Amino acid sequence: MTQEEIIRPENKVYSRPELLCDVHTHYCPGCSHGVVHKLVAQIVDEMGVADRTIGIAPVGCAVFAYNYIDIDWIEAAHGRAPALATAANRLNPGRLVFTYQGDGDLSAIGTAETIHACNRGENIAIIFINNAIYGMTGGQMAPTTLLGMKTATTPYGRQAELNGYPLAITPLLAQLDGTCYVTRQAVHTPAAVNKTKRAIRKAFENALAGRGTSVVEIVSTCNSGWKMTPDQANKWMVEHMFEKYPLGDLKDVESKTK
Amino acid sequence: MEEVKLMKGNEAIAHAAIRYGADGYFGYPITPQSEVLETLAELRPWETTGMVVLQAESEVAAINMVYGGAATGRAVMTSSSSPGVSLKQEGISYLAASELPALILNVMRGGPGLGTIQPSQADYFQATKGGGHGDYHLIVLAPASVQEMADFVALGFDLSFKYRTPAMILADGIVGQMMEKVILPEQRPRRTDEEVRAQCPWAACGRGNRDHKNVVTSLELDSAKMEVNNERFQATYRRIEENEVRYQEYFTDDADYLVVAFGSIARICLKAIEDARAKGLKIGLLRPITLWPFPTTRIAELSKQVKGMLTVELNAGQMVEDVRLAVEGAVPVRHFGRMGGMIPNPVEILDALASNFDELKL
Repeated sequence: MTQEEIIRPENKVYSRPELLCDVHTHYCPGCSHGVVHKLVAQIVDEMGVADRTIGIAPVGCAVFAYNYIDIDWIEAAHGRAPALATAANRLNPGRLVFTYQGDGDLSAIGTAETIHACNRGENIAIIFINNAIYGMTGGQMAPTTLLGMKTATTPYGRQAELNGYPLAITPLLAQLDGTCYVTRQAVHTPAAVNKTKRAIRKAFENALAGRGTSVVEIVSTCNSGWKMTPDQANKWMVEHMFEKYPLGDLKDVESKTK
Repeated sequence: MEEVKLMKGNEAIAHAAIRYGADGYFGYPITPQSEVLETLAELRPWETTGMVVLQAESEVAAINMVYGGAATGRAVMTSSSSPGVSLKQEGISYLAASELPALILNVMRGGPGLGTIQPSQADYFQATKGGGHGDYHLIVLAPASVQEMADFVALGFDLSFKYRTPAMILADGIVGQMMEKVILPEQRPRRTDEEVRAQCPWAACGRGNRDHKNVVTSLELDSAKMEVNNERFQATYRRIEENEVRYQEYFTDDADYLVVAFGSIARICLKAIEDARAKGLKIGLLRPITLWPFPTTRIAELSKQVKGMLTVELNAGQMVEDVRLAVEGAVPVRHFGRMGGMIPNPVEILDALASNFDELKL
């Protein structure tokens, strides 16, 4: 069988989602962002809502998310994405509004905006990339950084006495009456990627159905910041991150309608 | 027949916002402007015009809600008072940098810090020179009456959409709190989705039938492109300076001396000047209505006519710097101010004129 015989439309099993822009990303090889971006593009494609979707990009590595997915975007100030999403959604009924935020953005500088958007039950979806580090600024400590973990601002490892404890924020958000779906997923294996895809789809459907706020935390790797190969980083994440940030649904109120 | 109402300046803002057809208001309580949010909550415009009214968790969140709403092409506003407006500066800088229309009301109180809840004009520098980080200006309107509080909502929104830059109503606590008669504008319908898309082809409100995505951002890491962006902002500011200067003059035809004052203080100055004229002193008044763009050209012209100028402000001397820049040393320009929430009476203003200019001693 020749190459020409193999490369035929009927043999095609995978293609780039239509909404994923045909450009090089600025992400490091091995980074989880690329996979999650692809999932978002696929889901918006499959739901057929590209014409009415508004993404809110954060400050952090995903600041350029708007260059990669072919939908309308608003770029927020650091941590303020849920506030932007609140207004974008309330002022534009029928739109799918989601934020895409990192751990520094969502659980440090944007803690207030995150908690209050969730507590109001804004009909938005929050995608939360937790890689336990500030990637864009060069690998500094995040609220989610594990104890003992070395970063640019904890060069001897995070110590509770100096830096406080790692913050698991999604269990906090799950307690709020305004959230309808809070889950923690990962994208380190094909099976995990499929589960994350189902979770994001559910979050988007909840937002459009007006069920309240959905939060999808994705425990992720930052192999550059962690100074590991992509493969090492995935293994380290499974061995260390999942203990503090175990995967699974924290809340799922299927029937809740507002 | 025109409908004349009696209400506070803050209440007039709320009524005018609904009647303008504003799409959203996002605020956080702070004295002396909480009546804006309270009045909107009382009037429930979400049941009539569909206007969104939301009490945010902080001033920071409120201005970022304004940013999010403005980015979708909607007419959105916020209000606060001095300490709260300091918190809003982050979002205001982003609004300016992203070339978004929005309306911000600052009902100024005495500072610095937590200061006092009494009236002040000490945020003049903050409002007119930028306030947040980066090179930008707001269009700054200074109301002197409850009527102007109502009127400047429409003016502020219209200018803001015309130039795609945020506008601020810089009121002092007096105009916010005092009650006066006011004629409210006619109710206008809110724009439909189609009208928003037509007026704001840049809006990130969902692609709709567009063949391309819209991105609202203030970020540009390519320095050459960021300089081009800055040049575009500055070109907008030059157009605003050319076209939108507004001011009001009283008794300037034959004036030997000029008082420059804005907001409610201009009205106290007018009373002082009427008293002085009764005694034969030829004093005029110029009240800037736009603090930015500032009536530089007109003040420069008047500097050829008068022998001296006095600014009267509720601060330690802020607008006086812009008057001096306009006059370029042609005549002496002095300042008289009260601070900390204190308000001068007409006698004090006449005393200040007399102590600064020998000819005005009686």
